[in-house]
Amino acid sequence: MEWEVGAAVPELKATPDKYLTVRYAGASGDFNPIHIDEEFAKAVGLPGRILHGLYGMALVARAQTDAAGGPAALRRLGVQFRGMAFPEQEVVVTGTVVELDGGRVVVEAEAVQSGTAIIRNARAELEL
Amino acid sequence: MALSTAAVGTSYAPVTYAVGREKVREYALVVGETNPLHLDPAAARAAGYADVVAPPMFAVVYAAPAMGPAIFDPAVGMDFALMVHGGQEFAWGPLVVAGDEVRTTVTVRSIEERGGMGFFVFESVSTNQAGHTVCVGTWTNIVRGI
Repeated sequence: MEWEVGAAVPELKATPDKYLTVRYAGASGDFNPIHIDEEFAKAVGLPGRILHGLYGMALVARAQTDAAGGPAALRRLGVQFRGMAFPEQEVVVTGTVVELDGGRVVVEAEAVQSGTAIIRNARAELEL
Repeated sequence: MALSTAAVGTSYAPVTYAVGREKVREYALVVGETNPLHLDPAAARAAGYADVVAPPMFAVVYAAPAMGPAIFDPAVGMDFALMVHGGQEFAWGPLVVAGDEVRTTVTVRSIEERGGMGFFVFESVSTNQAGHTVCVGTWTNIVRGI
């Protein structure tokens, strides 16, 4: 991509499968049952099992590192978690370059699923 | 229930996490990474790294064992039934690779009430075996109905 203020970071799309939350729980160590147990999730008032917020943040991070050429480019990432996200529905990460100073770039990003922003006000600092 | 700010400033015992190659690959595959630096030791070595490179967000894996004692500390007093993860920030230093030993110390940064909600902010500082800071994390948990 051309890095300039206003440029869009290439969109990242991912559709977590039915058992993604189970694998993410194992990979991350976060076994909160709201992510892996449908009956538990419903018993505490959720529509069903929800994705881990930090999985969504990992997608936002990957959109940046894919665009910037690798993991070393991502220097800082801050996000706010918002709406709930669910397995088997596509998550779309978008971002826009808002600052550019030499090789240092700031991107504002968000992650959306089925019209709901699940990560808002994400701000990534990259070194190209 | 009133919030107690007594725990602000408390630091917990550091926890060391040994970064394993297969754990890095497992995490990378789950979050959809395709960059061979994360998956293929030969590709990582060819790029100058000692072994596969942890994706930046692997910070949640090596910092998690140190976060536990802080968020479950009764003196912090979070009600988990009413808690949501409100925000997260990481600032990264040198990349972490398989074989590294990462030591993380967690501190309670602030406990505040705003608009009937409790905001609990923790900071994690992770350093590698060479003493370099590889990640500083700011973890914001929100408890409703304070």
